[in-house]
Parts: sequence; C-alpha cells; structure tokens
Amino acid sequence: MQALYAQLLVGLINGSFYALLSLGLAVIFGMLNIINFAHGALYMMGAFCAYFLLNLTGLGYWPALIIAPIIVGIFGMILERTMLQWLTGLDHLYGLLLTFGIALIVQGVFQNYFGSSGLPYAIPDELKGGMNLGFMFLPVYRGWVVVFSLVVCFATWFLIERTRLGAYLRAATENPTLVRAFGINVPRMITLTYGLGVGLAALAGVLSAPINQVRPLMGADLIIVVFAVVVIGGMGSIMGSIITGFALGVIEGLTKYFYPEASNTVVFVLMVLVLLVKPTGLTGRAA
Amino acid sequence: MTALTDDTLPITPRAMRDEMIVFVIMALALAAVPWTGIYPFFVMQALCFALLACAFNLLIGYGGLLSFGHAMFLGTAGYCSAHALKVWGLPPELGILVGTAAAAALGVVTGFISIRRQGIYFSMITLALSQLLYFIYLQTPFTHGEDGIQGIPQGHLFGFIDLSKPTTLYYVVLVGFLAGFLLIYRTINSPFGEVLKSIRENEQRAISLGYKTDHYKLLAYILSGTLAGFAGSLKVFVAQNASLTDVHWSMSGEIVLMTLVGGLGTVFGPVVGAFVIIAMQQYLAGFGQWVTVIQGVIFVSCVLLFRRGLVGELAHLLRRSL
Repeated sequence: MQALYAQLLVGLINGSFYALLSLGLAVIFGMLNIINFAHGALYMMGAFCAYFLLNLTGLGYWPALIIAPIIVGIFGMILERTMLQWLTGLDHLYGLLLTFGIALIVQGVFQNYFGSSGLPYAIPDELKGGMNLGFMFLPVYRGWVVVFSLVVCFATWFLIERTRLGAYLRAATENPTLVRAFGINVPRMITLTYGLGVGLAALAGVLSAPINQVRPLMGADLIIVVFAVVVIGGMGSIMGSIITGFALGVIEGLTKYFYPEASNTVVFVLMVLVLLVKPTGLTGRAA
Repeated sequence: MTALTDDTLPITPRAMRDEMIVFVIMALALAAVPWTGIYPFFVMQALCFALLACAFNLLIGYGGLLSFGHAMFLGTAGYCSAHALKVWGLPPELGILVGTAAAAALGVVTGFISIRRQGIYFSMITLALSQLLYFIYLQTPFTHGEDGIQGIPQGHLFGFIDLSKPTTLYYVVLVGFLAGFLLIYRTINSPFGEVLKSIRENEQRAISLGYKTDHYKLLAYILSGTLAGFAGSLKVFVAQNASLTDVHWSMSGEIVLMTLVGGLGTVFGPVVGAFVIIAMQQYLAGFGQWVTVIQGVIFVSCVLLFRRGLVGELAHLLRRSL
C-alpha cells in the first residue's frame, strides 16, 4: 500500500503541473485564439530562472517563486507584442506554427549552453524532510507542491470567474470589438493575459525544479501530454481544466502502480477513448 | 478567418500547362543528377522527404487539416518495411508493400479518431497520437528500442534490379517519388480534390451542399498517410535503418517546416522546401543544436514575413499557379 500512496502522490504532483499548464493554455486560447506551443519551453524557462537566481544572485526558492514567473511573464508579453499580435485575424494554425518555432528557438538555445543533462536544484530548507501520516510517509516538499498548486489554480479561477477584471476578460473573449467600444484597452488586456498564462507555466517550472531537475527539454514532452489533457477536458471552462488536470495526473499515478508499462501512454489512450465517446471533450463546447 | 492559402486560382488549362512544364523540367533535372557529381545519397534522402512533405501538403494545403503527427506514418512504414526485409527476408517490392499497407491501416485508425475534431484540436490530437505511437515503439521488442533496426538488406527489386548499386537505387527512388507526386497532383485536380478545397474554404457550406465532409476528410487523411508511409518505406532502402527519430515529434515538426518553407497549398512547394531543409541540415550538421534554433527562426520568419513560402511567393510574383 505504501507504494500505491507514493504513486498517487506523484500522480497528484504531475496533475498539478498538468492543471497549471492547461489552465494557462485555456486562458491564452480564450483571448488570443492561439494554442501556445511555446508553453513547455516557457515552463522550462521558469525552472532555469530559479536556477539562475540561486546561482548568480543568491536569491533562493521563495523569491524565485515570485520573481521567475514575473521575468518569464515579461518575456512572454514581449513575444506577444513583437510577434503574436501580428497574427490577429489569421487562421489559428499560424499561431501554433509560430509558437512551435519559438519553442524550438528557446529550447535550442538552452540545449546549446546546458546540454541535455539535468542541473540539480535543492529543496528549500523549510520544506525538507517528511511527515509520517500513519499510512504513508509524506515528503514535505511534495505535499507543498500539491497544496500550493491547488491554491494558485483556485486563485486564477476566482480572478477570472469572480472579479471585475475577470469579467472584462470573459467579455473580451466573447466579443472583443464590443468590449473595446466600452473604452477598455483590449490589446493591453490580451498582452496581460498572455503574460498571466505564461507566468503560470513559469510558476509550474519553479515548483518542479527541485523534483524533476532543471533540463532544457523538460517541457518538450510535457507539453504534448498537456495537449492531450486539453483535448480531453476541452478549453471551455477554467474549472474543467483544473479538474481534468488533477484527475489525469492521479490516473497516471495509479497506472504507474498497477501497470507501469502503460504509464507513458495512459493519458493518450484516455484521449482516444474520450474522442470516441464524446468528441467535444468532457467540458468543451463544440469547436 | 482568412484561409491558409490566399491564392486559390481556378484550375485553368494554362495553369495545368505551366505545372506540367515545371514537372517535366523537375523530372529531367532529377534524372540528370547521377551525372553531375552531386552526392546521390543526399538527393535520395531529399526525395523521400519531398514525397513525405507532398503527402502532408495534400492534407493541409488542400484539406485545411494541419497534422502535427505525420512522423508516425514515416516511422511506422519504416519499421514495418525494415522488419519485413530483415527478419522475414521478403524481397524489396513486398517490403515496400508491407510498410505502405501498415501506414494505410494506421491512417484508417488514427483518421477515424482525429477527424472528429477540427482546426487546432485536430493538430493536437494527431500530435498526441504520434506521441502515443512513439512510446509504443520505444517499448515493443521488434523495433529494438533506442538502437532501431540496423543493417537492413537492400536486395534485388523484382528479382533483377540490384538496389545496392547507388545509381540504380537512385532511379528507383526517383521513380517512386515521381509516381507519388503524380498521384497527389491527380488527386488535387480531381473532383475529389475540388470538394476537398471547398471544405477547406468553407466546411459549413460544403455540408449544406450535401457533401459528407467527414468522409472526404477521412479519405484525404488515409491517402496522405499511405503516401507518407510509401515515402517512409523508400527511405529504409536509402538510410538502411529505421529508428525512433523517425517517429519523434521533432520529425513531424520538420515535415511541417519543409511544407511551410516551400509554400502551403502549392504543387511544387513541398519539394523545394524538403531540398532546402535537408540541405541546411547537411551543411549545418557541425553546429549541433544551433540547427534547431535556425529551424525555429525559419518557422517564425515564415509565419510572420512570408506565409506563401518560397514557391508561393514566386507564383504570386509571376501570377502563375505553381
């Protein structure tokens, strides 16, 4: 049973990354009509930011948790202003191609300087060690990742679904021209939205740095799984993205315990099943 | 929403004549390659990728479907051909048949699944499916995991054409490429191709005219996958190995890049794009990962600056269909 709980925990952690990343993808898709292929690369940049902050400036995990998403978010906003905004009105597919190119550039540059091996990033002192819960041993850091991701996910949900700013955002997703007519600066909102989505990816990167090591290609395979998550969940609802993300992480964890050979593929197989049964995705509207 | 290809010139006799002239020039130029001293291995490899890109282009350029998983056809056909040639000891013609049939079967299965969603979702689904296949090939024993299938015998085509001679192999690959190219050309100019283009331009309207668009899209997908598989089978004879790189997502990205550079929805664009990208990889091989960076830069500049691609821009300039 110990092993089962351990795999469940790993599943929950992967689920937090799926949730944070697919949440960002959904928010970006809503506003920009772009599937951000660079999401995995920006997640990786978040982890590298934390690594640089520690090794160049001596700033540890806690400042990195705030600074790295801001730095990567600003980088994302520059990308949006200089490149993505020119795609307005073009077919969605160009957004995918452009961001795929950006991902290749970012990952290629990092691979040139850091190779493909992982760089270590230590768990902060406050979160070292573990707790004995009676039925299992819980490493504190892993517990923290799950709880903190949940908090961030729900904060994002609250921001978008329950605040005035979020209302503008949802309105601009539905009808940007009308929202502009009310005097709201929609282009700036689009830039900020992209920054927010990218910041969430970078935050996931910082969270994963002590667990998964910092590698240039850490986001490359992850993003494809997240795409499958997005296809399963649909991008229609924020809550849907969060729940699907965590649920698929848990299912993947269970698979690792019961049938490890399929742990790499289970999410894709589930995607196929969902497409056969309910082609629009679990929460999605017809695209 | 603007369509992917903005120059949709109607098929006129003049356009057909132009395209046939260019085709004959291309065929003659390629046939002359063994006498020019150009490294035939490079051209053979480029021809395989050119056919692959043409097959991909059939789907995106004429059906409006961006498949981000076309490497799965390349890899599947490659593995199946390689296995048939090496382990079963089949002659080359049957080896090619096994690989192409496997790709066709894969096309039926994955097409049935991915055609259920459109646009951006279709791309994500094909990408996820190819990743699923990648992991399967990583684990099944017959692919030999990271090593791949190596040292594949080339054999004698139809019992008397010796494929181990580079020049002979070159002409066999060339004939295969030209046959595949003509089949695609015939398809896009057939009534079937016209319906496909109408689906790309406005699917709702095509449906309201009574076309079962899903059937057309599925057929185009299967045809595209089968031809991509044929290219993969040919490539086995050139490279004499089948490995995981052929199924990896980065390979799918390269196929997209070749077509984008040449021009989406142009007849000759994918061929030009394939030669450009393969040549680039050849000359920049010593630069390591910078090749990836350069590919990314090409992607970005193609999307932002010249969406028509090399051939598309030329055709636009000359006001011709190429």
